[in-house]
Amino acid sequence: MPDSSAIDHGAVTTAGDAHAEHPSYQRHHFETVEQQADASAFAMWLFLLTEVMFFGGLFTAYLIYRNWYYPAFVSASHQLNVVWGTLNTVVLILSSFTMAMGVWCAETRRRRGLVLCLTLTMTLGLVFLGIKTVEYKEKIEKHHVPGQHYSLQSFLDPAHDEAALAAGDKPLALDMARHTEIYFSLYFAMTGMHALHMIIGIGILAFMIFRARAGAYTGGHVTFVENFGFYWHFVDLVWIYLFALLYLISRHQ
Amino acid sequence: MNYLTKENGLLSWLLTGDHKRIAILYLISITFFFFIGGALAGLIRLELLTPQSDLMATDTYNKVFTMHGVIMIFLFLVPSVPATLGNFFIPMMLGAKDLALPRINLLSWYLYVLGGILVIYTMVSGGVDTGWTFTTPLSTHYVNTNVLSTGMAVFIAGFSSIFTGLNFIVTIHKMRAPGMTWFRMPLFVWAHYAASILMVLGTPVLAIAVVLLALERTIGIGVFDPVKGGDPLLFQHLFWFYSHPAVYIMILPGMGVISEVISTFSRKRVFGYTAVAFSSVAIAVFGFFVWAHHMFIMGISNYAVLVFSLLTMLVAVPSAIKIFNWTFTLYKGSITFETPMLYAFGFMGLFTIGGMTGVFLGTSGTDIHLTETYFIVAHFHFVMVGGMLMAFLAGIHFWWPKMTGRMYPEKISQMAAVVTFIGFNLTFFPQFILGTLGMPRRYAAYPPEFQILNVFSTAGATILGVGYLLPVLYLVWSLKYGEIAGDNPWQATGLEWQTQSPPLTENFTELPIMDHEAYDYEWLENQKTKEVASAG
Repeated sequence: MPDSSAIDHGAVTTAGDAHAEHPSYQRHHFETVEQQADASAFAMWLFLLTEVMFFGGLFTAYLIYRNWYYPAFVSASHQLNVVWGTLNTVVLILSSFTMAMGVWCAETRRRRGLVLCLTLTMTLGLVFLGIKTVEYKEKIEKHHVPGQHYSLQSFLDPAHDEAALAAGDKPLALDMARHTEIYFSLYFAMTGMHALHMIIGIGILAFMIFRARAGAYTGGHVTFVENFGFYWHFVDLVWIYLFALLYLISRHQ
Repeated sequence: MNYLTKENGLLSWLLTGDHKRIAILYLISITFFFFIGGALAGLIRLELLTPQSDLMATDTYNKVFTMHGVIMIFLFLVPSVPATLGNFFIPMMLGAKDLALPRINLLSWYLYVLGGILVIYTMVSGGVDTGWTFTTPLSTHYVNTNVLSTGMAVFIAGFSSIFTGLNFIVTIHKMRAPGMTWFRMPLFVWAHYAASILMVLGTPVLAIAVVLLALERTIGIGVFDPVKGGDPLLFQHLFWFYSHPAVYIMILPGMGVISEVISTFSRKRVFGYTAVAFSSVAIAVFGFFVWAHHMFIMGISNYAVLVFSLLTMLVAVPSAIKIFNWTFTLYKGSITFETPMLYAFGFMGLFTIGGMTGVFLGTSGTDIHLTETYFIVAHFHFVMVGGMLMAFLAGIHFWWPKMTGRMYPEKISQMAAVVTFIGFNLTFFPQFILGTLGMPRRYAAYPPEFQILNVFSTAGATILGVGYLLPVLYLVWSLKYGEIAGDNPWQATGLEWQTQSPPLTENFTELPIMDHEAYDYEWLENQKTKEVASAG
């Protein structure tokens, strides 16, 4: 079929065709660029909705067990390092800002600005993961990772635990102390899932930086950058909730 | 020149963005898994021919019914109508050139295949025996079988389903041709819209449940472990929050098929179009609030039982609206009995029985007696096999001429429809009686007094197997030897019928404009008169 390529790429070149001005990035099955941009943005929102439901399962579990084992959750939350947590929150909010600037650069066709913003975003993402690693390391050292080696020491005997002492924790009964493991299960499941999303995001960022240097997103086709921006902001937003629920609430009795 | 002949070679299929080709890829893969699942069902029925567990060891039997469930649910029923017929016809019905996200569509198929490969891996490396529900703590603490690979398969196949649903929603919102308003869309599209909402919102909850299950099993995080204060019921809540809506993911697209078929073969607009459209959405919405009726005997509170029982009754209302409106569509219609219509009649009868027995099970009092017996098995198979599979076959026979350009032999296919109906009833009706008498499900052996009904059931399964093999034979035969079908062999009104068979890659030669209501048979007559006039 000789003219199949013309049909394929939508930018039909038949004489007097009003569609001749279609930009090259318009895919053949869309009638207009606006339709294409609308469809991608809408798809991204729907995808984020599935993400909300995905994390929703974890949040539900958190709320239920928090209600059941309130003292355990309070004592366990004292073991988290609020300084690191706050720092990470700042890092992530900053990265959201650089990402938003990146989207703006793409829209206003600033190639260098875009590359810079994306690189900054990626760096901040890596800093976040670095801090998270330090926090995880603390948990491993104190045997607060659920499983065989989990230790109840900090909750049965808070007098000999720096963090517990600082928060003025009373010793928990053995039964309640056991439930702190549920808290740390959820802590690792939630922050782990969040970190996984960050890692995926950083992978995509690396790919985008590579493409942005070649000018892929500064020729008017900004959908990919915008959609990734949605994703990045969403992952940040999840962290804001995690920070509040895991680190902050009921910290002071 | 059409979508099948435009390009050749394996790669042109494996890298295609064409929704029609992806639909064909899906059709081949789900048929493959259907027959694996079917073979396992055959083994189950053979084992149950005699009261003793003599064909296989009891734990082998556990694996066989688990694999049957996993394959049929996640690899056949969930993608069946949406990923094949929905994929193929939603863009055409809307007058679009493709789904909004063709690459995501292809990705969805690859994820499906990956999930399928993991299930096959699970089977050859020893299977899994938890039942398709993966109930904790059985699945986390007490079995040594491949729970993890099955869980991963379900997780991946789930994302395949999410992407299909997401793609449909975006397409329906953004890709409608000029004049194609929401209330001019075929009811098939409405049904898929409702099912897609369930896929997008429900499936991720299953995904997180499976992730937590895997973490519990590997490192023992304790979220579902009563020893550490976790609650196994939480797993069931998360699991059924998806898996109950999942049955609507399975049945709604089938209902969409039935609306098209009933209207076409009684030459009438679907009675109460708006009510049928909204009943699909209502089923999707109510469907999210009934999950705990799977847990009446699991120790949830009496108040929860009461509320979920009531909500379960509410789902019966939109389902009944559909059945009534299809019946009124038939009333005073010019009914003909082509193969798709025979399957559709099968659907209406069997789904009605399946749905009504669902009300028995939603009533907490009767549920306590009937749950975990063969009554459940019969109810579920009436809805899923008698309902969904009949609808799937109705749809395949209805759209086959459009998909392939060929007609299948009418007499044999009508016979196959009748054989399926008889075989189905013989297989599953006795199971209602067995369940009421108290025969529990998921056991390889049973008391000898239940044997006669089980023999009926196994005999029926044999007939049913013939009923499913026949279409494969004559449909494949028709690809080469079938009569040329023509563009619109059934004189149906949907936009998909107003273009050539098989369609062009871009579906339509020019952008269609929808200037009439759905199911407008007068419009179709006028079109024909106009064509004759212009030709003369």
